[in-house]
Amino acid sequence: MKKLRLSVAAVAIGMLALSGCGQGGTPDAPADGDGAKAEAPEYTVNDSADVADSPTWKAAKDTGKITIGVKKDQPGLGNVTAGSEQPEGFDIEIAKMVAAQLGFSPDQIDYTETVSANREPFLQQGNVDMIVATYTINDERRKVVDFAGPYYVAGQDLLVAADSDIAGPDDLAGKKVCSVDGSTPAQNIEDKYTDAELVTYDTYSKCVTDLQSGSADAVTTDDAILRGYAAQYEGEFKVVGEPFTEEPYGVGLPKGDEELREAVNDALEKGMDDGDWTQAFEYTLGSADDVDMPEVDRY
Amino acid sequence: MDFLQLLELFLSGIWGTVRLFTVALVGSLLLGTLLAGMRVSPTPILRIAASTYINVVRNTPLTLVMFFCAFGLPFLDIRFGSTSSFNSFVYATIALTAYTACFVAETLKSGIATVPVGQAEAARAVGLTFSQTLGQVVLPQAFRTVIPPLGSVIIAMLKNTSIASAFNNRELISAMRNAIEVRGDLVIPLLFGTALAYLILALILGRVFDHLEKKLVILR
Repeated sequence: MKKLRLSVAAVAIGMLALSGCGQGGTPDAPADGDGAKAEAPEYTVNDSADVADSPTWKAAKDTGKITIGVKKDQPGLGNVTAGSEQPEGFDIEIAKMVAAQLGFSPDQIDYTETVSANREPFLQQGNVDMIVATYTINDERRKVVDFAGPYYVAGQDLLVAADSDIAGPDDLAGKKVCSVDGSTPAQNIEDKYTDAELVTYDTYSKCVTDLQSGSADAVTTDDAILRGYAAQYEGEFKVVGEPFTEEPYGVGLPKGDEELREAVNDALEKGMDDGDWTQAFEYTLGSADDVDMPEVDRY
Repeated sequence: MDFLQLLELFLSGIWGTVRLFTVALVGSLLLGTLLAGMRVSPTPILRIAASTYINVVRNTPLTLVMFFCAFGLPFLDIRFGSTSSFNSFVYATIALTAYTACFVAETLKSGIATVPVGQAEAARAVGLTFSQTLGQVVLPQAFRTVIPPLGSVIIAMLKNTSIASAFNNRELISAMRNAIEVRGDLVIPLLFGTALAYLILALILGRVFDHLEKKLVILR
C-alpha cells in the first residue's frame, strides 16, 4: 500500500511539473537593464504609529498581523517564484513600505492572494485589511471600496520579441495579440484595435509561452507587468511603444475607513519623498529614471 | 457598462457555451458509442485499444487534456482555420469530446450489460453480423436504459465547458470575467448571475432527458 502511494505521488508530481512547464525559467533576482541589481530596500518600522480611529488598523494591531491582498502570478509586481513562499515584486515592496509606516514589520504581514474576482468581496467581508495588487482605481470600484494612492500610474503597452518590427498599437493590424481573458487590456484591444486578432488565456504566462513559440505576435497589458516579464526573460523580449492608456494603481481599502486611507496616503507620500519608492522600483522593475512618481489623490 | 450591456455580454457568453456544448455533445455521443462498441467487440485488439484510451483520458484532468489540445496540437502543426478564435474553439471541442466520450462509453457499456443475452443470441441466430447485432438490436435498447445516467454525464459536460475560458474561448465564464473587470461594485451579483445561467441551461437539459426517459424507457 505504501509503495502504491509513493508511486501515485511520483506520478502526481510529474503531472504538476508537466502542467507548469509553460512557465519557463525562473529568475534568481530581478535585474535592471544594465544587469546591475539594486539593493533590497529596508523600511523603518514606525513604532509610534497610531491610527486608533481606524477600526481596520485597530483590529490588525490587536492581532499583531496585517492581512494584505496581493497577486502571486505577476513577475516584477506580485509574484511567488517556484520553491519560494514569499511573494516579491513592486506591489509587495509598496505593501511593506505602507505596513512599516502603519507600525507593522515585514514578518507581521500576512499575504493573501487576491485575484480579480475576489478583490472587492475580500475587502467588503474583511478577509483582507488592504489590497496592493495592480488594482486600478476606477469609479465603479470606488462605489464599494476606497483607494489610497495612486502609487504608480501604469499604462497599457506591448511586449514583443526582441527582433519584432511592431513598434506600437498601430502596427497590430492582422497580428495575434495575447492578453488575459476579461482584463481591461484585452477589452481595450477588442474595442479600439479591431484589426488585431485577440487571443486570451487565464494567465499572462500562457501568453508569454505563445509569444516564445511564435503563436502570438505581442502580449499586451500594463507596462509594469510587461517590464517584469522583459526582466525575467532578458534579451528575448522588449517592451515597445508609449503606454496608450492610464491605469492608476491604488491601495484598495475597506469602504468608509477614512482614517486608514489618510494614513496610507501619508505613508505613500513619505515613501516617495524619502527615496524608498525609487529604491523599491529599481529593486523590482529596473531603472526608474524615466518613470514619473504619481501625485497621491486625497479625494 | 449598464444593465443592457451586461445582459448583452452574458447572452453572447451563453451563446458561446451553447456552441461549445452542442458540438462536443454530438462528438462525444458518436465517439462514445464507437468506444463502447469496441469494448464489447469480439476482436481483442479493439477491446484493448478502447479500454486503454478510456483509462488514460478519463483519468487525466480535463484542464490538462485541454492544455495538450490547445498547446500540443499547434506544436504538431495541427490547425483548423486561419483565425485563432476558431482554432481555439476546435481545440476546446476536441478536448471536451475526447474527455466526455470516455464517460459516455462507460455509461453505454453498463447499458449493454442490461440487454438480455438472449437478444444477441437471437440476432445471431437470424444471421445478423456483430455490427448489425450491436447497431440494430443491442445499442438501441442500451441507450434507452441509460438515459438517466447519460443525462448526468451530459450535464457534467455542460459545466466542463467553463474550462475552455482559460484557453481563448468566449463563453459564460469569460463573459463573467469581462463583466467583473468593469463592474467591481457588482462582483457578487455577477457571480450569482453566472451560476444562475448555468443552472437554467442545466435545468433545460434535465427536462429534455426527463422527457426522453418517459418516452423511451423500457420496462423489464
